Amino acid sequence: MNTIVIDRKTVTDKSVNTTEQQKKIAVKDLNLFYGEKQALFDVSIDIKEKEVTALIGPSGCGKSTFLRTLNRMNDLIDGVKINGKMVIDGEDIYQTNDVIKLRTKVGMVFQKPNLFPMSIYDNVAYGPRMQGIKNKAELNKIVEESLRGAAIWDEVKDRLKSSALGLSGGQQQRVCIARAIAMKPEVILMDEPTSALDPISTLKVEELIASMKKEYTIVIVTHNMQQAARVSDKTAFFLNGEIIEFDETNKIFSMPSDQRTEDYVTGRFG
Amino acid sequence: MVVRENFENSLQELQVKMEEMTQLTVESLEKAFNALKTQDVELALRVIEEDNEIDDLEEEINQLAIWLMVKEQPVARDLRKIIGAIKISSEVERIADFGVNIAKATIKIGSGNSLMNITSLEAMKNVCITMLNKALISFFDENMALAKEVGDMDDEVDEYSDVTYKQLTSHLCEKQEETNQLVQLLFVNRYLERTADHITNIAESAAYLIKGRKYDLN
Repeated sequence: MNTIVIDRKTVTDKSVNTTEQQKKIAVKDLNLFYGEKQALFDVSIDIKEKEVTALIGPSGCGKSTFLRTLNRMNDLIDGVKINGKMVIDGEDIYQTNDVIKLRTKVGMVFQKPNLFPMSIYDNVAYGPRMQGIKNKAELNKIVEESLRGAAIWDEVKDRLKSSALGLSGGQQQRVCIARAIAMKPEVILMDEPTSALDPISTLKVEELIASMKKEYTIVIVTHNMQQAARVSDKTAFFLNGEIIEFDETNKIFSMPSDQRTEDYVTGRFG
Repeated sequence: MVVRENFENSLQELQVKMEEMTQLTVESLEKAFNALKTQDVELALRVIEEDNEIDDLEEEINQLAIWLMVKEQPVARDLRKIIGAIKISSEVERIADFGVNIAKATIKIGSGNSLMNITSLEAMKNVCITMLNKALISFFDENMALAKEVGDMDDEVDEYSDVTYKQLTSHLCEKQEETNQLVQLLFVNRYLERTADHITNIAESAAYLIKGRKYDLN
């Protein structure tokens, strides 16, 4: 059985609610341990609403681990211990027991398209149906809006009942994004969403991210630094479980403050 | 192991080309000034011919810089270095053109009448060459103190230029038969003053590389 031990330094600090309302996500002194091994060290970061934040850093630096803490995906891993504060919309997400509600609010798109072996329509309607929506007209509306929101409607509108697995990789990934949007989330987490896609599909997803930020707060992990520069407003550079630098993307890629960031973005690491 | 060894080598190649271009430009200025001083029209003509080599080097630097941007997608310091190479090569090319202009003035003065005293113009030329070498070193070695020194030396050239201008214009009334020579020397005075301004722009590119923001050293 999976177990999770939540250990907090300060659980009753209300200051975040009153002074940091502009921030969608406020993380303070977050530490994460896989058993004895510490993977995140005193991570503090504020993520603003309707901005795209890119997380960059070498493999094993903790960026995906951090991303997964934002909707408690690490709860599924044995022996994970987390302390510190992770506040979304003024609420410490590690103090709530309603993880379903959290994951409705904070959706996720993974590295490889992970559609269910069912039709395009059923994939997108899956979440709303699980929420109890049965009305056909309402489901049709959600499916169309979600597929339009993911810039894939025109490509699939005539074959909604066909298997989603017959689509190309790039199309599948955009249907995954549609499936996430269908839950009407406020935050979308993306874990290397284009690493399995061809260059044109990658650009389509990047265009999509740019248009989606009008409605959603997006946090994206990417190994592609040009992608981080193209799609994000802010960039955080992770190294050995710490945030070394967090600033405007423009600043990170033109004049980083820390030599380690400079070495990483210019490819001088190693 | 050096990460991005090929890229490092290409950046080094860019620097070597910039050094070569600067060296040829310094030689061009020296030759142009010697031609003026000795009223050697043949040497002046050679300066004009040899300018093509400097223009070709500017083109090579630009081509290499553009290719590196496409191939390596540089960011941060690397990007500023490559942008700097493009801007600096354009400034050096312009400075070499002033050498050509001095050579053309030499031809217009000709070898008939003996030349007036051009000590202050020579002093300006010497300061300019020192400035040019310092500006390039400040860029290659990322030496901010040296870049600022170049800015200070530009003031020195401006002072020389003002004094020279007054001297030459005062002769215009006294020695009307030397009007052609005096006008050409006034042009040379202007070319050297502008040379120093372009060298100061190079120092500003060095400052941008080092600090990542625009500095006004003029």
